[in-house]
Amino acid sequence: MSTTIKDTQKMIEEILDAYPEKSKKERAKHLAANDPTGQCTTCQVKSNVKSRPGVMTVRGCAYAGAKGVVWGPVKDQITISHGPIGCGQYSWWSRRNYYNGQTGIDAFGTMHITTDFQEKNIVYGGDKGLDLAIKELRGLFPLGRGIGILSECPVGLIGDDIEAVSKRVAKEINIPIVPVRCEGFRGVSQSLGHHIANDTIKDYVLGKGTLEKTTPYDVNLIGDYNIGGDAWASRKILEEMGLRVIAQYTGDSTINELGIASKAKLNLIHCYRSMNYICRTMEENYGIPWMEFNFFGPTKTFDSIRKIAGKFDEKIQKNAEAVIAKYTPLMEKVVAQFRPKLDGKKVMLYVGGLRPRHTIGAYEDLGMEVVASGYEFGHSDDYKRTYPDMKEGAVIMDDATLYEMEEFTRRLKPDMVGSGIKEKYTYHKLGVPFRQMHSWDYSGPYHGFDGFPVFARDMDMTVNSPTWGLIRRQRA
Amino acid sequence: MRQIAIYGKGGIGKSTTTQNLVAALAEAGHTCMIIGCDPKADSTRLILNRKAQNTVMDMAREKGTVEDLELDDVLLRGFKDIKCAESGGPEPGVGCAGRGVITAINFLEENGAYGDDTDFVFYDVLGDVVCGGFAMPIREGKAKEIYIVTSGEMMAMYAANNISRGVLKYAQSGGVRLGGLICNSRETDKEYELISELASKLGTQMIHFVPRDNEVQRAELRRKTVIEYAPEHKQADEYRTLAKKIADNKNFVIPTPITMDELELLLMDFGIMEKEEAVA
Repeated sequence: MSTTIKDTQKMIEEILDAYPEKSKKERAKHLAANDPTGQCTTCQVKSNVKSRPGVMTVRGCAYAGAKGVVWGPVKDQITISHGPIGCGQYSWWSRRNYYNGQTGIDAFGTMHITTDFQEKNIVYGGDKGLDLAIKELRGLFPLGRGIGILSECPVGLIGDDIEAVSKRVAKEINIPIVPVRCEGFRGVSQSLGHHIANDTIKDYVLGKGTLEKTTPYDVNLIGDYNIGGDAWASRKILEEMGLRVIAQYTGDSTINELGIASKAKLNLIHCYRSMNYICRTMEENYGIPWMEFNFFGPTKTFDSIRKIAGKFDEKIQKNAEAVIAKYTPLMEKVVAQFRPKLDGKKVMLYVGGLRPRHTIGAYEDLGMEVVASGYEFGHSDDYKRTYPDMKEGAVIMDDATLYEMEEFTRRLKPDMVGSGIKEKYTYHKLGVPFRQMHSWDYSGPYHGFDGFPVFARDMDMTVNSPTWGLIRRQRA
Repeated sequence: MRQIAIYGKGGIGKSTTTQNLVAALAEAGHTCMIIGCDPKADSTRLILNRKAQNTVMDMAREKGTVEDLELDDVLLRGFKDIKCAESGGPEPGVGCAGRGVITAINFLEENGAYGDDTDFVFYDVLGDVVCGGFAMPIREGKAKEIYIVTSGEMMAMYAANNISRGVLKYAQSGGVRLGGLICNSRETDKEYELISELASKLGTQMIHFVPRDNEVQRAELRRKTVIEYAPEHKQADEYRTLAKKIADNKNFVIPTPITMDELELLLMDFGIMEKEEAVA
């Protein structure tokens, strides 16, 4: 075992020492020093298990995963938060999934619809109100192409039969009604919500859309939620390569798109964590292969373009090289502008989905090093994909607590931290440059060639902002 | 004010026994109230001489929220001025009846339904304590006394034992105590001895053995208690005796529930269940 790994392990042990014995033992399994080779047996983190009470986890719930991540961005579906007001209200378009369309006419992304449970709905059941809500919505928004029923906790507790309502009313109004059993108490994090939502796409929508003709170049863009316009930037590259994106899952997508995805030749998956399920479904049921790719930063983007092209004929491969040649000068210009200001800067990440590993390349393109990275709700397959991308002895953390993050920050002294809204203000108070990396801090896109210049600018703006110098630093 | 909860297996005669008992208490001059904690809302029918039409939850549903309710909407007066309220709730198979009980009791408490002048408040609770809602009447600050209605039938005894377990849990966290078993006779073999023995195993008493009498049914058909329908009948005196015993009761215990095996053994000892070797 190398000294860098040993040093990191020692640091982790020191941090864990503050915990009571039981918490210490349990949390020790979730923090590790990275070993890119995978040889070190104690360097694998435990993941996807229940959070320890009292540690202030920042995880979400199944409803957050199903509604906020997977179903929320589908623009022509009217999504009902079935239950009391809060879940829907506080998750109202928080992920900035951009879309084209006229809100309230043929797109409904920024609208918040709830059955607003009262005591009487708990006692007498919410099914009648749901029935009424669906019919009213159909009347108000005739261009809605589907209705999603996203269950909040009480629905599961009282056993509201949302499936029966869906089945009955769908026959009357003739559009898909998707009951999603994503009660927040299910599972250990938002991760189960992604899975449940993927399964409902399979059960209620997949294979049902209309597509006039197919081509050999039809692909699906999977696991891109168009945050700040990400999916548009990614789609542009694929189209320039000569591919035809027939469905986006689920950024700026339509119910029809989700349905026709089964006709594609290849699934290209960006966020593996939230959508590997539907890729596996399409592989098993329709024989569609899938591959992961990474459109953050020029190095990974060029690499991914070549890998994707490798799945197609020479024409596409030629196009791919042309695309790379076209954008190389632009990317070089961005690097030349920002790298001198960011070179050698250290980054600590604690996010979800694909970002803890997928953004590493983009930081490296700017000369930055990711010294610590972690997932809120990753599984072991996510971590296996992360170890090789990080340096030896870097910190890997799973379901990190704010205490652990603060301690790592004090010791590793990163020049910036990228994490979520719950961590943001702690870091502001610590005087550590911070970027909200769930919604790109109200910026974006960060994907592809459109995204990288924005990403580089934002990181520079964060790390080198004179504001931080005005905050009384609490760093040890 | 004494708050008392009546539990027991479904169909054992909780509501009938409670209403006859309360009628006898009222007749003896006590101020009484019955709160029905069952979505079927049939806990006050014999006192009101009709099925309660305005349950707390039904009225809340009609008016929008429980906050819109007035006490007068749901608190009715029946025989001998007995105050009656029903929690109400959903049809079987939908919603959450337990939440209805919680909401209704909170509403009644917050709005001073019990009053200072009430001597006895009775909670008539649905058969099994299936969830937190049906344990609401025995939580801290509510009913401190529990009586379990049972008979000599095995499943009724089984339920009585199970309810004792629930009482045990709340006895440890709150102040609830078991006041005794009420045997509502089904004329099974050695019923008196069997229930007396079960009571002693549970650490309590059989407070009264109510014999079976069709006069109860005759009164029920007329939506009345025996006390009201046939005050001179000997069955009315049985309920008067039960009422007096409860009013005078000082025997309150933390129950000592037994195991299923012990319960079966009890039935064997009384020769009601044959020993397995004898069967073989």
